Amino acid sequence: MTAGTLAAEGFRPARIALVGPPNSGKTTLFNTLTGGRQKTGNYPGVTVERKSGLLKTPGGHPVEVLDLPGSYSLRARSPDEAITRDVVLGRQARETLPDALVCVTDATNLGQHLRLLLELRQLGRPLILVLNMMDIAQKRGCQISTEALSRQLGIPVVTTVAMRKHGVRDLLGQIDALLNQAPAGDGVTAISDWVEPSPDAIRAHHREVERLLQEAVVREGAPEHLTRQLDRVLLHPVAGPLILLALLFLMFQAVFSWAEAPMDWIDGGMAGLQQWLSAHMEESLLKSLLVDGIVAGVGGVVIFLPQILILFLFILLLEDSGYMTRAAFLMDRLMSAVGLNGRAFIPLLSSFACAIPGIMAARTIAHPLDRLVTILIAPLMTCSARLPVYVLLIAAFVPATTVWGGIGLQGLVMFGLYATGIVGALAVAGVLRLTLLRGDRQPLLMELPSYKWPNPANVLLGLWERAKIFMRRIGTIILSVLVILWFLSTFPAAPEGATEPAIYYSFAGLIGRTLEPLLAPIGFNWQIAIALVPGLAAREVAVAALGTVYALSGDEGAVTEALTTTLAQSWTLATALSLLAWYVFAPQCLATLAAVRRETNSWRWATFMFVYLMALAYLAAFVTYRVALALGGG
Amino acid sequence: MDGHGGQERQLFELGRLVKAGLTQPLGLMRPGGVGRILAVQSGEGDIERGLLEMGFVEGACVEVLHHGFLGRDPLAVRINQTMTVALRRGEANAVLVGPLLDQGADTRSSTGQEARLS
Repeated sequence: MTAGTLAAEGFRPARIALVGPPNSGKTTLFNTLTGGRQKTGNYPGVTVERKSGLLKTPGGHPVEVLDLPGSYSLRARSPDEAITRDVVLGRQARETLPDALVCVTDATNLGQHLRLLLELRQLGRPLILVLNMMDIAQKRGCQISTEALSRQLGIPVVTTVAMRKHGVRDLLGQIDALLNQAPAGDGVTAISDWVEPSPDAIRAHHREVERLLQEAVVREGAPEHLTRQLDRVLLHPVAGPLILLALLFLMFQAVFSWAEAPMDWIDGGMAGLQQWLSAHMEESLLKSLLVDGIVAGVGGVVIFLPQILILFLFILLLEDSGYMTRAAFLMDRLMSAVGLNGRAFIPLLSSFACAIPGIMAARTIAHPLDRLVTILIAPLMTCSARLPVYVLLIAAFVPATTVWGGIGLQGLVMFGLYATGIVGALAVAGVLRLTLLRGDRQPLLMELPSYKWPNPANVLLGLWERAKIFMRRIGTIILSVLVILWFLSTFPAAPEGATEPAIYYSFAGLIGRTLEPLLAPIGFNWQIAIALVPGLAAREVAVAALGTVYALSGDEGAVTEALTTTLAQSWTLATALSLLAWYVFAPQCLATLAAVRRETNSWRWATFMFVYLMALAYLAAFVTYRVALALGGG
Repeated sequence: MDGHGGQERQLFELGRLVKAGLTQPLGLMRPGGVGRILAVQSGEGDIERGLLEMGFVEGACVEVLHHGFLGRDPLAVRINQTMTVALRRGEANAVLVGPLLDQGADTRSSTGQEARLS
């Protein structure tokens, strides 16, 4: 039975896997092929993203296209390259062997990319070679005879310009042809005789590629010049790091200033909704749950969507243009001083938006120890969920004055909090590398791809993914935490003739009061203790929780007054600083811990991370509180 | 593929260049330096394979483009005028480089520049 008839009989669509080296335009081709009909998920046990999409070929075959992680070789060096190898060989759990492979290569870099094709050809599976970015190759005067290449290799060869959808019809036609005459009764479910290529086998492949190119390349293209010229500036020993710093500064500046308007809209919208609900609902428990619990809480979190999207916009643009690897190049020596790989810069930068995609991005780091250290310190990068707390406390306790001729004090404190996180992360990495996670310095072998204009479709799809993940988090974890928190702080109701605010007598108050002795040495009162309980699940909830705690405290003024004013009046400066220090380190995000567990495949490292961050947070808060008290901040 | 005789000739050629002091590890080259790879050998098999997979293979032409701002590490190396790869000095020293124009005209890889070893 052929793959085609299998599909026709309705068993399943034919499965085509896209395989190719990084920077071959594979994902762009995948986006062009499948458009919006993509499904992203995870491979079981790891957070390597599984991307697939359904389409119907002109010949009427339903096809599932699978976009495999970029890989230079089937000899996998990193967890995501291992996925590519295992899927291609039919070893991946819950994945059937693809019916055909499409090897995507960069036509301007065939000398390097055809080697992977030779590895794939040895597997003996139906295979199509795609020469992508053909327009760039032609612009440089390069002429390749696809007929000669196809004849030499014995497989179909298609040229494409994935970004402009050129050649996609040809590719689909070839897929049709393969499916029509697919190896009858194939029945192969796995490839068992594959062995890792030896160094000499790799050398032999290089020679074979040389020979193929001599046959097929009619005219050499001129080498690329723009990238060289740009790198002369961007990788310059002095200008390079300065430009990187300026870019990072611009990025964080944009996160704060561009996001202002959309954040105001969300704020206004939520306030309107709250007012409308207050006006149109009967006084009841349900109303209290909706208005005080859900709308206020969700509003306090959704408001950070613009900042997260702007941060990711920058990251996606830097990544798609090819600059991100330059940043890794520039940072490598600095990071290797604490035993990290330059590649760790990319996941750590993503962690400024959210630690979870950062932890996921660490999968591109080949060595397990390097990767583990990167994962363990990712939560120390100031993620956007900390911002609400920082903004609130800074506004309440740091005067809006300027120091040293024009630098805003509030901004300076914010910068200090970011810097503390970074320095803390580097210190932790250094200590881990010297103690628990000792090991050799791992090699850095990283392609610096040619610069190109970012592809808007890729960037938009990436942003859409991030927004979906964030909103899903709000809809699941954060929403349920808010409902639980509302319940805990509403029941049981205050007894007759109560002197304390109602929440004092609730379950939340009970938990807060139980924790209070433990948190008193670092200056936290029972209100903070209550807010920290839900804040352990997702840190941004703490602001909403503080709002709830003070709004429900029966203090009429607190409901209407801004939380800022309330806090400024009821907390000491030392307490506020201590809470800020706590927030720099504390592991307050269930989703991150879950991601670490998934990524390291054990609770061991997730637990370790929780414990060490908790200890650091307590220590930092304790020192901050005591020092602030001694200096008169009480 | 190279026969046995071809390998012997290569080894002889390598010995001649080493004696003449015309070879050096890639890690010692400075930006602007160009050359042809004579040997890729590392005590660690995985590093050797990693280098080979990224295009550092005997016969390929290399040009050192940049180095990092601290300790001149890592290096950015252009291979055969097409792919640029970043690697650290330590790994780069597993790549032995000889003069560019010594092995006759291979137009695909030659840059037309004089062999400059620094």
